Amino acid sequence: MNDLAIKELLYKMADDQLILGHRNSEWTGFGPLLEEDIAFSSMAQDKVGQSYALYTILHSLGEQEPDTVAFTRNAEQFHNSIFTELPNGEYDFSLIRHFLYDTAEIMRFDMLTESSFQPLAELAVKVRAELRYHTLHANTWVKQLGSATEESVARLQKSLEHALPYALGMFEESPYEKELIETGVFAGEKKLQEKWLVKISAIINETRLQLPDLSTLQPVSGGRIGKHSEHLQPLLNEMSEVFRIDPTAEW
Amino acid sequence: MMRSSEDIYTLLEEVKDPEIPVLSLVDLGVITNVSVENNQVNIEMTPTFVGCPALDMMKQDIKDVLAKNGMNHVSISVSFKEPWTSDKISEKGRKALKQFGLAPPPVGKNLFSDIDVLEHAACPRCGGSNTSLKNPFGPTLCRSIHYCEDCREAFEQFKPL
Repeated sequence: MNDLAIKELLYKMADDQLILGHRNSEWTGFGPLLEEDIAFSSMAQDKVGQSYALYTILHSLGEQEPDTVAFTRNAEQFHNSIFTELPNGEYDFSLIRHFLYDTAEIMRFDMLTESSFQPLAELAVKVRAELRYHTLHANTWVKQLGSATEESVARLQKSLEHALPYALGMFEESPYEKELIETGVFAGEKKLQEKWLVKISAIINETRLQLPDLSTLQPVSGGRIGKHSEHLQPLLNEMSEVFRIDPTAEW
Repeated sequence: MMRSSEDIYTLLEEVKDPEIPVLSLVDLGVITNVSVENNQVNIEMTPTFVGCPALDMMKQDIKDVLAKNGMNHVSISVSFKEPWTSDKISEKGRKALKQFGLAPPPVGKNLFSDIDVLEHAACPRCGGSNTSLKNPFGPTLCRSIHYCEDCREAFEQFKPL
């Protein structure tokens, strides 16, 4: 099995979890309701913890320590999808992103429970169970606000249309796609996208929201190969600010 | 003096969950293996939640308790081979949670084929299920927030996972 292929897969997953985890943490103290403040903060903690577990697997494959990897790389060395680095915007955008992202993420980990790469398969069982709370949260609010008032429906619809091209960028294929599939490490982005579409369609059909025809949309890709929007570097600067003051500090 | 792994388990009863001081790590179910070879103690553990911030503290507390008992060669590894689920909490641990005021997680139920498990957690005060879920996320990763309509008070549940 090719280490590079596995590393590429682990990096994009870990970076997605870390960057969206950081965005979620920006809701701490600003949530529209105390419950939502707590929910986004808890999901942040889960996601950052899950990224740590993935960086730990990478470390066992010869990459640097998790903290070094998380805090000392620049934007072009990150493999997260552009979707995860976009600013939180209003709550409607954060909710829609949370829904589109976490639905994909739980299915990705679900597929990975069958992975031929044992450390990832073991971790996936655990992470899948945790992410159920995230998708439960997202689905509950999308169903509620997607059928509530004219304003809530219109806001979510607008955010959904804005978010979808970026969401499709999550499924940007790896240069090692064929190898990952053939060696049974991961069944591939195409398969994941199909499963994701079935699931989000089912939830959206329970609301007054309309899912646009995805084949008419141009995916916003590039994140997986380090081509990011202008939003990632400022996020990294803030996230690593304390670490960079004294990288050798003991916590 | 040679210690057996049973001895170590008994000593680990002293080490409590830093966030729930009535619950030992053994009863919490996070210790998945203990072995002793000569003077070397090897402990395997697994976190309740992957992002649990108490993990490092737990590891330190284990080392402290074993050092106090003369064991200085202790290695602790974290693994997901045998992932933690809430069913790993012992019967004694469940009682301790309830006395602490935290509803123990329901046993052996598949949480998401049965949403009622979350919606109607048993109140740790009155034992009734006339309760509602307020938030699947709580003050720590492993707790959710509920409200008992009969007691007219909020309570927390250790989340089923």
